[in-house]
Amino acid sequence: MRMERSLPTRDLTARIDRKEHIGADGDRLVVLDGLELRLAPGTFTCLIGPSGCGKTTTLRILMGLDDEFDGELDPALREARIATVFQEPRLLPWRTVAQNVLLALPRPDLPRVEAALASVGLEGMADRYPAQLSLGQARRVALARAFATEPEVLFLDEPFVSLDEASAGRLRDLLIALWQRRPMKVLMVTHNLREAVRLADRIVFLTERPARVAGVAEVELPRDGRDPEAVSRFAAELARRFPGLAVA
Amino acid sequence: MSRSRSATAARLLSVALFFLLWHVVSLYVSPRLFPSPWQVATFVLRETESGVLPYHLSITLLRVLAAFVLAMAVGSALGFLMGRSRGADVVLQPWLILTLNIPALVVIILSYIWIGMTETAAITAVALNKIPNVAVTIREGARAMDPTYMEMARVYRFSRVKIYRDVIAPQLQPYFAAAARSGIALVWKIVLVVELLGRSNGVGFQIHLYFQLFDVRAIMGYTLAFVAVMLAVEFLALQPLDRRAQRWRPKQV
Repeated sequence: MRMERSLPTRDLTARIDRKEHIGADGDRLVVLDGLELRLAPGTFTCLIGPSGCGKTTTLRILMGLDDEFDGELDPALREARIATVFQEPRLLPWRTVAQNVLLALPRPDLPRVEAALASVGLEGMADRYPAQLSLGQARRVALARAFATEPEVLFLDEPFVSLDEASAGRLRDLLIALWQRRPMKVLMVTHNLREAVRLADRIVFLTERPARVAGVAEVELPRDGRDPEAVSRFAAELARRFPGLAVA
Repeated sequence: MSRSRSATAARLLSVALFFLLWHVVSLYVSPRLFPSPWQVATFVLRETESGVLPYHLSITLLRVLAAFVLAMAVGSALGFLMGRSRGADVVLQPWLILTLNIPALVVIILSYIWIGMTETAAITAVALNKIPNVAVTIREGARAMDPTYMEMARVYRFSRVKIYRDVIAPQLQPYFAAAARSGIALVWKIVLVVELLGRSNGVGFQIHLYFQLFDVRAIMGYTLAFVAVMLAVEFLALQPLDRRAQRWRPKQV
């Protein structure tokens, strides 16, 4: 009998006691020092902190790309189907848009690729190569690829940087619309507090390097009430609560 | 469009100039030492009609093909290993330097002595001469691979087939093409030496024969015929394949 994979209903936890980088001159640099994260089902979590504090390093550890740290990852996280939208779109330039999405799927499924491209508004672009896309379009393809795999956990590493504010805003709306269709655990790294307030259920603040969790804030704004003014007000309040860690 | 057309015209003009020069020089030198293009062409035509030239040409081509495939396969595997594994690089490095510096002639003679005067010895000798160059080129390619694509592949749990076919091979393709280009040119030159030293057929054997008969016209005829075949391989196989593999790159403005 074939079992449908359903989304796990329990929390996933990660504990990073210590993570060091070894510099070119052999010096050890403590990047993460006692950091605990909890990803709850159907919850959109943002990780925010000063630039260079180790946000991307944390994400790489959770994605299983970096095993050299002291601590413990939930075994379920290693087995879970994960997807990532990296800071750069990371599409294979020698494969077409459709092939890029198709390759990420465990089994070939062309209708699903078409549906995924349609869901990000790129129906006509399936046969283009990534070099023929704008940065905004390439980011849409990266989103389509991530959602097409129906992940249990979705990681995003500042996926909207170096876009103009209008394009970034449209992509944020798109991200939330895709996520609400099928809410999975999301962990997104950003340094933009307004972006975090607009998107997240929960915001985790990290300290300066070596990074620890400075505090966790629940975003108590209803999802349909996050107009720019409400977002700004909430962000300003958070910036007061966590001085120096985020700019409103 | 017009630029590529004028490039073709320039190329044809250059070839015509080559034959004109050849013709002019042949007017002032004894035809025994330096036959005219026309004399060489009649020789090639006659040998083609009799079937002698196509026979030797095809034998040589088969040897080139066999040695080329063998050298590319072994050289690419070694180069990839050395580019990806620090340990393999350290261990194989002295071997590489050694083989890069052994003269082709020594490899050929030792192959004939140790393996015997056989086809296997001939093809092994040619391949051994080419393997280190292929390995060095592919090693550079393997080192230059972008690790971010591999990370993406790991996150999305790409199968082994997908990793090699869709992530690694396209990144190595330009290096593979470069190794193939310089490889085919080197391999055919060494095949001729191998034939001269220990085979009783092929273009190299024929050139040796005509050298003893002091027939410059025949030597030039065989050489020209083979160069023409290699040019056809370049324009009809290598270049179209290259264009196909490069079609994802943004167009040059």
